[in-house]
Amino acid sequence: MAFIECKDVSFSYGEGENRKAAVKHLSLSIEKGTFTAVLGHNGSGKSTLAKLLCSILLPDEGEIFVDGMKISDENLSEDDLIELHRKVGMVFQNPDNQLVATVVEEDVAFGPENLGVEPAEIRRRVDEVLKIMDISEYARHSPTRLSGGQKQRVAVAGILAMRPSCMIFDEATAMLDPQGRKEVMETIGKLHDEMGITVIHITHNMEEALEADRVIVLNDGVIALDGTPHEVFSETEAMQRMGLDVQQPTKLLHELRLAGVPLDDGITDLDACAREICRFCAGKKQ
Amino acid sequence: MLKDITLGQFFPGNSLLHRLDPRTKILCSILLIVAVFLAKSALAYGVLILLTAALIIISQIPAGTVFKALKPLIVIIIITAFFNMFFTGGEEENVLADFRIWFLHPVIRVEGIVSAVKMALRIVLLILQTSVVLTYTTSPIDMTDGIERLLSPLAKIRVPVHTFAMMMSLALRFIPTLIEETDKIISAQKSRGADFSSGNVIRRVKALVPVLIPLLLSSFRRADDLALAMECRCYRGGTGRTRMKIMKMTAKDFLFILFCALFIAVRFLPMISSSALGITGMNFSF
Repeated sequence: MAFIECKDVSFSYGEGENRKAAVKHLSLSIEKGTFTAVLGHNGSGKSTLAKLLCSILLPDEGEIFVDGMKISDENLSEDDLIELHRKVGMVFQNPDNQLVATVVEEDVAFGPENLGVEPAEIRRRVDEVLKIMDISEYARHSPTRLSGGQKQRVAVAGILAMRPSCMIFDEATAMLDPQGRKEVMETIGKLHDEMGITVIHITHNMEEALEADRVIVLNDGVIALDGTPHEVFSETEAMQRMGLDVQQPTKLLHELRLAGVPLDDGITDLDACAREICRFCAGKKQ
Repeated sequence: MLKDITLGQFFPGNSLLHRLDPRTKILCSILLIVAVFLAKSALAYGVLILLTAALIIISQIPAGTVFKALKPLIVIIIITAFFNMFFTGGEEENVLADFRIWFLHPVIRVEGIVSAVKMALRIVLLILQTSVVLTYTTSPIDMTDGIERLLSPLAKIRVPVHTFAMMMSLALRFIPTLIEETDKIISAQKSRGADFSSGNVIRRVKALVPVLIPLLLSSFRRADDLALAMECRCYRGGTGRTRMKIMKMTAKDFLFILFCALFIAVRFLPMISSSALGITGMNFSF
């Protein structure tokens, strides 16, 4: 059995008339040690999926297994739930809203403290993960003074200190500036390549998804596309239909082509796009 | 503007006060508060002023920063002093000024002025001492720990000590975040033409409503996010929780408590104030 197994999972928000399905009969398996990107526009069910995998939400139908443990069980014991949260860490969108302490190292220690780890061992783990995340120099700083990217690295360190085997990034780059995004993507690379942690990165940024081993595109609560980044991104039509941000030049050329202008729409580069349009205009004058 | 508020903020450092056990600091703050309230004579106040100055120096926090703690309370200090000035009874021969406004008959006596100065001094000393000894030099997590352990006997009679301590430390953690957010909302509303600085008091208070409502809403959202993040980091209340930092009272802690307890004796310092001022028959009773 794969590390994460979803079998025919459905979930709806609301009751009665306001009931809205977020995930519909979704089946999915994710192998240990892989890096999966989950793409989808707002309301496609990607955050719901993340919450289902952490047992924050329980599915209405279907079963979810994480590392052989059935987590879609209402009667899951508290100890099992804690063990699941230890194993599967979540990094959220807003870096401010997930830090609990006013000093970086105390925040990192929060998880292991909750798990009842021995004080000396907590100290060792905190020092170790701060070093891995390259934030040792801020150990005694207040997180409020760090940049967005640094705050997210503190959040990652806080989860790493619990020794997880899987980490879910729930749009963890959405609120960051380009520099912060780069930092978080480098962090994800490190977790996956060097530490062998299973990473699930939920995003709506195409470039970030390119770095994954596997891309899953969710649309309206179902898996629309699933494959390597190359396989998924060559489906330009399907991606656009699902309201996903195709590169601007590709989009422009595609629109022009639909309007009857014979242009090559496989171009993603801005300069190449300009050249293509110039070439066409020059040809028309003659 | 709002960034200047430092009340309840922690300044990391490595002074003697920073290194004391949080329990020591809580106990000493209480002892010093008692000492300030017991002080009667000018000599007693002099001793306490010297003590406060010494504490500020020991804390290695810039005096300017320390005095900023008073800023938000200036109005309260002035009002307290004002009422004390007019509403303190005394001898007829000590009347300095006598006003007759309509049917009101406010009288300023020497006793009133003395009591006003004392009251103002008391508040100033209380704030400076507690902020330097406790809030500026103790990280909120340390403080929470300290309170939790001091009150731990109450947990036996089912007082939710850990819950209260956690709530307090989280509140402290979010003060800077919420201040930052308030600044942002004010700027956003100003850019939409909101006016916070003109008009009478009622107008200005009304102008704050469009700031407070978004702030309140976003606080709820933050609380929601935070609860989720804490759950994902295996938080389940105080049971089975360990701490990275083990608290241990050392000789310097006991010495400091003894030192602070000494100041309760200011109560018995001779009442030099009246003889120094050359006023006879004055009775400073509070």
